Amino acid sequence: MSAARFPRLRLCSRPADPATLLIRGARLLDPRSGVDGPHDLLVRDGVVADLGLPGSIDVPDGAEVVEGDGQVVLPGFVDPHVHLRTPGREDEEDLESGSRAAAAGGFCRILAMPNTDPVVDAAPVLRSLQERASSEAVVPVGFLAAITKGQRGTELTEMVELSREGAAGFSDDGYPVVDAHRLRQALQYQRLAGGVLALHEEDPALSGTGAMHEGAISTVLGLDGIPSISESTMIERDASIARYEDGAIHCLHLSAAESVTAVERARAAGARITAEVTPHHLVLTDEAVTSLDPRFKMNPPLRASSDREALIEGLRSGVIDCVATDHAPHSREEKEAPFEEAPMGVTGLETAFAVLYTDLVLPGILPLALLVERMTAGGGPYGLRAPGLEQGMPADLCLVDLDARWTVGESGYESRSDNSCFAGRELQGRVLMTLAAGSVAYRERGFAIRLADDPGVPARERA
Amino acid sequence: MKHLLSIADLSRADIERVMTVAESFAEVVERDIKKVPTLRGRTVVNLFYEASTRTSSSFELAAKRLSADVVAVRSSGSSVDKGESLRDTIATLSAYDPAAIVIRAPWAGAADLVARQTSASVVNAGDGKHEHPSQALLDVYTLRRRMGSLDGASIWIVGDVLHSRVARSNIHAFTRMGAQVTVCGPPTLIPRGVESLGCEVRYDLDDVAVADVVYALRMQNERMGANHSFVPSLREYISNYQIDSRRLNPRQLLMHPGPVNRGVELSAEVIESPQALIVDQVAAGLVVRMAILYELLTGSGRDGTLAGAPTPTVEQPA
Repeated sequence: MSAARFPRLRLCSRPADPATLLIRGARLLDPRSGVDGPHDLLVRDGVVADLGLPGSIDVPDGAEVVEGDGQVVLPGFVDPHVHLRTPGREDEEDLESGSRAAAAGGFCRILAMPNTDPVVDAAPVLRSLQERASSEAVVPVGFLAAITKGQRGTELTEMVELSREGAAGFSDDGYPVVDAHRLRQALQYQRLAGGVLALHEEDPALSGTGAMHEGAISTVLGLDGIPSISESTMIERDASIARYEDGAIHCLHLSAAESVTAVERARAAGARITAEVTPHHLVLTDEAVTSLDPRFKMNPPLRASSDREALIEGLRSGVIDCVATDHAPHSREEKEAPFEEAPMGVTGLETAFAVLYTDLVLPGILPLALLVERMTAGGGPYGLRAPGLEQGMPADLCLVDLDARWTVGESGYESRSDNSCFAGRELQGRVLMTLAAGSVAYRERGFAIRLADDPGVPARERA
Repeated sequence: MKHLLSIADLSRADIERVMTVAESFAEVVERDIKKVPTLRGRTVVNLFYEASTRTSSSFELAAKRLSADVVAVRSSGSSVDKGESLRDTIATLSAYDPAAIVIRAPWAGAADLVARQTSASVVNAGDGKHEHPSQALLDVYTLRRRMGSLDGASIWIVGDVLHSRVARSNIHAFTRMGAQVTVCGPPTLIPRGVESLGCEVRYDLDDVAVADVVYALRMQNERMGANHSFVPSLREYISNYQIDSRRLNPRQLLMHPGPVNRGVELSAEVIESPQALIVDQVAAGLVVRMAILYELLTGSGRDGTLAGAPTPTVEQPA
């Protein structure tokens, strides 16, 4: 897509010193450049300055040396769908804690949804968020603006002005754009304003008061169901409108097999349509809801195992472009409620890679390189170039110990909220360090201490 | 058993154990002095977030017959009214160190939440549209009293299955006990995939003559939101699904969890017919709820070793 479609997407983070460091002997894996093998990697002044065979790069003066033996360096992940709850619910998340959670998960940039209080539906709200991010965020954050004022679905926001101020795109996420005419107008305005429309695909007439996937388990539990078709019929409708207007749409958090088919067909018919999927929809099913634990309540809901299989296949084939966490922090008092009463949403930034590595890569369902490609592709629908490990690119990368096992929540969370649906699960694969936009954004605590103690200790001797 | 949260959790042996205990209590409630000291000194909290006559009164009386101290908390007039969360209410009530908390709430998962938040035994007295396990147990008890066994019996559950926690618990309970269950109602009031619970689905009463037991459900108007019309008209619903003396043959038994909408799901004449077990169900509620509290609180059944009739008339250590 042409750059003109994405005029001035602004990413903001707090100033930090550009890193100069040498990672020695780690496995470098960059699915786009095709690199996969042991290398030394030199970052100088925040830029990938050199790649070479192990031992081939001298330590420059003043460079930190990281022994990467037994570890893997990946391009930094990109999460196009997080909720940072700011402004309005800073008790649940703020820009600092949310971006720190991102860095802890290996993400080097994130895009935040506008369903805050107030909604990001006018330039002053957007500007104030960008200013705050410029002093608080540890990884670059982009902000989407709402499609309609107050996300009420009735009046379009000032899309041109919002675009000019650097909105990453437009979304009423949390709510569908129910009025087809309003969506059509937004797609028409996209020709002037640019910016992809990121759509929460749900027909409320079909999803009603549903609290979980409609199926045998919702019947047993006596919970109102959200049928799969409430998502797929909306995708079909919106893709038709987008095609008619030659507009670009991005389908948020696909959950159902029918939706994957709908995206595939729309794209084959010429629609400019992209799609994302969350880690929880890729590894969990509605079976988990049998526990009536509100941590398994989210929208769209966890669906049947056939849906899960279709989502994995969609991610593998590329019908689904990228992984997005839909990181949705909620306070304890909100989540500690009966299932039917509890709000929808789960956190996900800190667990995304480890969950998918443990449940999809280790069992041989997806190759690691493919997972890394899809976890770094989240900026694509919004016109952002994917991070890479090539010489001359800004240092956006993470260092991961693929053998390290850890239990989710054992030492708390970087996020201010703890509503993880993976709490208590043992996972394999731990992010040790993240560089975002050339600066060190995160060091895992134990890893940082060991580095400070003795920078020369090989990784595999670590506890 | 530590808690009674759902029938889905129970085996046939669990259900039979409660039945055996309940039968022994039936003898107790026929005496002049209907009280046993089994739970003396222990506290049972009844926490009701929804209107209830039968369930709340029978749990209260059951606990009193077992000599427990009973605290009844209703949502209106309590701190719940002032916006206290269920979680905090449970923390408050747990300070009294209750042996059991009986909870009725309009939200599925309420009893499970309470069980995660307290060390007391939790009895689900109805959570949203999910389950109403004590109702299912008293229904099994009532039928065993009348029929001896449910093995091979055909039971039709008729009406608004979609909104009924009683239907969900009873499908589990009746099938566990060997009955063949058919659910029948308008297609808009039959939940998707209900067959997976092991029952058949019918949309008309044409073959209801094969049923040994007809279990009518209340039309749950209060669960139908303002804009949710599930049937085109009540008049048409009545003509298609009302159990009246033309549809009920003299061989069949009739049950209903109450309260009955007279003239809607049941005609007046069948309510008062000798085939109707509706009053028997209420009476069974008392002994079965005594048995539930006994099972959960005396620990005799926790290791599954309870054999034969218990001796509830002998004082148990508190």
